[in-house]
Amino acid sequence: MKEIVILSGKGGTGKTSLVGSLAYLAKNKILVDCDVDAADLHLLLDPKPRSSHEFRSGVKAKVISDQCSGCGICVDLCQFEAITMDLVGRTALMNPLSCEGCGVCAHFCPEQAIVLEENYCGDWFISDTDYGPLVHAQLFAGEENSGKLVSFIKRQARELAEQTGGDLILIDGAPGIGCPVIASLSGVDMVLAVTEPSQSGWHDLERVLDLALHFRLQSFVCINKWDLHPEMAASIEIACVERGIEVLGRIPFDPTVIQCQIQGTPVVCNEQSPAAVAIRKIWQALGVRQISLCKETRGLGSKKA
Amino acid sequence: MQIAVASGKGGTGKTIVSTSLAMCAPDLVQYLDCDVEEPNGHISLKPDLVTSERCTVIIPQILEGKCTYCGKCRDICRFNAITLFANTIMTFPEMCHSCLGCFRVCPEDAIVRSEREIGMLESGMAGNISFVHGRMRVGEAMAVPLLKAVKKKADKDVLVIIDAPPGTSCPFVEAISDADYVILVTEPTPFGLHDLKLAAEVLRNFSKPCGVIINRADLGDARVEQWCQQENIPVLLKIPFDRKIAEGYARGQCLVEVRPDLRPSLQALIEEICA
Repeated sequence: MKEIVILSGKGGTGKTSLVGSLAYLAKNKILVDCDVDAADLHLLLDPKPRSSHEFRSGVKAKVISDQCSGCGICVDLCQFEAITMDLVGRTALMNPLSCEGCGVCAHFCPEQAIVLEENYCGDWFISDTDYGPLVHAQLFAGEENSGKLVSFIKRQARELAEQTGGDLILIDGAPGIGCPVIASLSGVDMVLAVTEPSQSGWHDLERVLDLALHFRLQSFVCINKWDLHPEMAASIEIACVERGIEVLGRIPFDPTVIQCQIQGTPVVCNEQSPAAVAIRKIWQALGVRQISLCKETRGLGSKKA
Repeated sequence: MQIAVASGKGGTGKTIVSTSLAMCAPDLVQYLDCDVEEPNGHISLKPDLVTSERCTVIIPQILEGKCTYCGKCRDICRFNAITLFANTIMTFPEMCHSCLGCFRVCPEDAIVRSEREIGMLESGMAGNISFVHGRMRVGEAMAVPLLKAVKKKADKDVLVIIDAPPGTSCPFVEAISDADYVILVTEPTPFGLHDLKLAAEVLRNFSKPCGVIINRADLGDARVEQWCQQENIPVLLKIPFDRKIAEGYARGQCLVEVRPDLRPSLQALIEEICA
């Protein structure tokens, strides 16, 4: 079983549109949407929910006002500026969005007036789509356990793949390089980074490639909307080659992508569209690289045996 | 006055809007790039970055000579940043949230302050724009401490434009938390609308006034606009798709440099929001 994560650094370069199309092209796979705070993959794949679950992680501190003496010890202890003192009521006030759930306030409260409550921070789902099972989630707004939720749904996807004998886990990643992205990288076999031909696109791509390198992962790149600035696309290709990273393909700017998104279908279904043609080529190129990856892994396995 | 430019979905044009607003401000203005994971504002504003400071958070370092392996630090740590097996104690700095709980419970004073670098804070001028951004260290998972450090630089006496990170989780909430007004930049697509709804819901919970800018307004459908109307959220501006804007952005040019004709509407927008 292989795991591929699609990342970009910069948002809006076309990760989800690409994953939607790869979902159509790949056989026997599980799909995972790891952009848990703004998940969009389900909009392309028309999922039928199989099961829905609550995601609980960490704790939040809660003040029991009746027991609070208003001493203010917790206010001074909190490193996250989550507690303020209501001077009129002489009671501590907790801002749950700032609380990181460290529990230090509860530990030191002389009146035991602070309790820690399990934090219900999102929902996760297993759904069926025409292209295979999709594991996805919605983190509640302002929550901070995105990395944990990502790790969790990836674990669910792996279990599902093991049960069903899936060959591939295809992961739609989050933008940026922070905790949900780091969590989406753990245990993957390769990173496919989608960029666009702009200085920002390259700037952000470089940071994602550095992150993948930091975790010793092999990365491939594709350039979306390349014809919006062919010179920039060419210089990104050169810069990738200089870093020893292969550019698997270029996708042209194609209004069909948006039309398909509006219809809720992967663009690759529209076979003649220029973007679809390019994405098929990228998938073929990726397939060849995947086979070589499989062989390497098999080689290692046989050595161990 | 603080105006945050946010979006929910990434890549809708937050940075072209926020940098352009900064360039259209009548007087001295401050631009804070709070997208610390992937800051891009400097690419088009080209500030002269004269100051640069390392941003760190406090992490524990355990003095093995003093430690009696009582396990109190491990027990208070809710982030699994300290483990103890018999007489071996280990810390995992990248898991630490800097709550200082371990320091406070250690009966032997065996924990001393060490630090983890989370990124760099850089600032300088770009014309009449006072520019600040945070660049998170690659490999660092937590964006919020650096984002808070950027926000601490906010000048109370001038107009502050905040370029917020994408998403709707903690970094987004932290970026908009002190804003007086939030501009949500979106695109007229199902992805744009879906993420706009999530972002708008957060703002409603905070009772933050907000308005929407629809970017690449002619590439998509009418559902974003219909939804805004239905929710009584004003559509402040519609920016049509224009290859010239995309090409200019690709080269690192600001929206108002490529399309100076948009300057009056952006100026009017600032006046309207500040009034």
